[in-house]
Amino acid sequence: MNGVPMEHGLVLAAVLFALGLGGLMFRRNMIFVLMSLEVMLNAAGLAFIVAGTGWQQPEGQAMFLLVITLAAAEASVGLALLIQLYHRFRTLNLDVASRMRG
Amino acid sequence: MELAFYLSALMAVLATLGVMTNPNPVHAVLYLVVSLLAVALVFFALGAPFAGALEIIVYAGAIMVLFVFVVMMLNLGQATVDQERQWLQPRTWLGPSVLATVLLLTLVSLLWRGDIQAVIEGGGLTARGVGTLLYGPWLLLVELGALLLLAALVTASHVGRIGKVAAPSPAPRDLPTGASTPANGQAHQPSTNGVAGEDV
Repeated sequence: MNGVPMEHGLVLAAVLFALGLGGLMFRRNMIFVLMSLEVMLNAAGLAFIVAGTGWQQPEGQAMFLLVITLAAAEASVGLALLIQLYHRFRTLNLDVASRMRG
Repeated sequence: MELAFYLSALMAVLATLGVMTNPNPVHAVLYLVVSLLAVALVFFALGAPFAGALEIIVYAGAIMVLFVFVVMMLNLGQATVDQERQWLQPRTWLGPSVLATVLLLTLVSLLWRGDIQAVIEGGGLTARGVGTLLYGPWLLLVELGALLLLAALVTASHVGRIGKVAAPSPAPRDLPTGASTPANGQAHQPSTNGVAGEDV
């Protein structure tokens, strides 16, 4: 056996994405929600890398760079919101921030 | 190379499972660091060393350190762990897990029935190609990324400041007389003075 079939890499990305999606849905603590979002973004970047290396094109890694940029921006804004939530409600439970009855 | 790929893929999945099922935030952050390092190893095994190095430096280095800082700053104690353990009942996670599993099965079956026929043998792609692409035809995207980071910086520094926030206490009217309002945890907060214009 030489070389990894591209399906295996994409299956790994799908498994990581599904794990992150499950965590995003059943967690109520905001730290865990943000971590699940990081896992999902990371899985998307992994899919880009797998496709880029499978077809020997540099676009995959360039898109991974942009995904990392997006993840950094999302993490900084999300953590700022988390600090503000904790400062106002003294908890990280996302259900307490329900003034808009959403 | 194949062995490295499969081993680090297994490690990534197990560490991500640890993130999702751990009630302690600090342990979950450390599991997430392990997961990201395993994904970086996957990149190295697939022959994308530039992406692997970026993953370690930016993800595991910068973003995760931000998470660790925030978790340390909030100083979440045993109460959070107990509450998380109470929330992690099967009737909480069963429905979302079923939905995520259905999504995963759909993706995997689609991948299995397609014919990609590509085998990753590694090598060939260097950082040089990526840089030529980024600073050639994709220059506008790099500029947009820089703009996104600047917007995130401004947003984080605006949202994340801890100033005179509107307290959820019901009586904000008689504040000038009552220096002895019941301390709801904000009396000893360091209040920055630069945001006095937004006193509610």
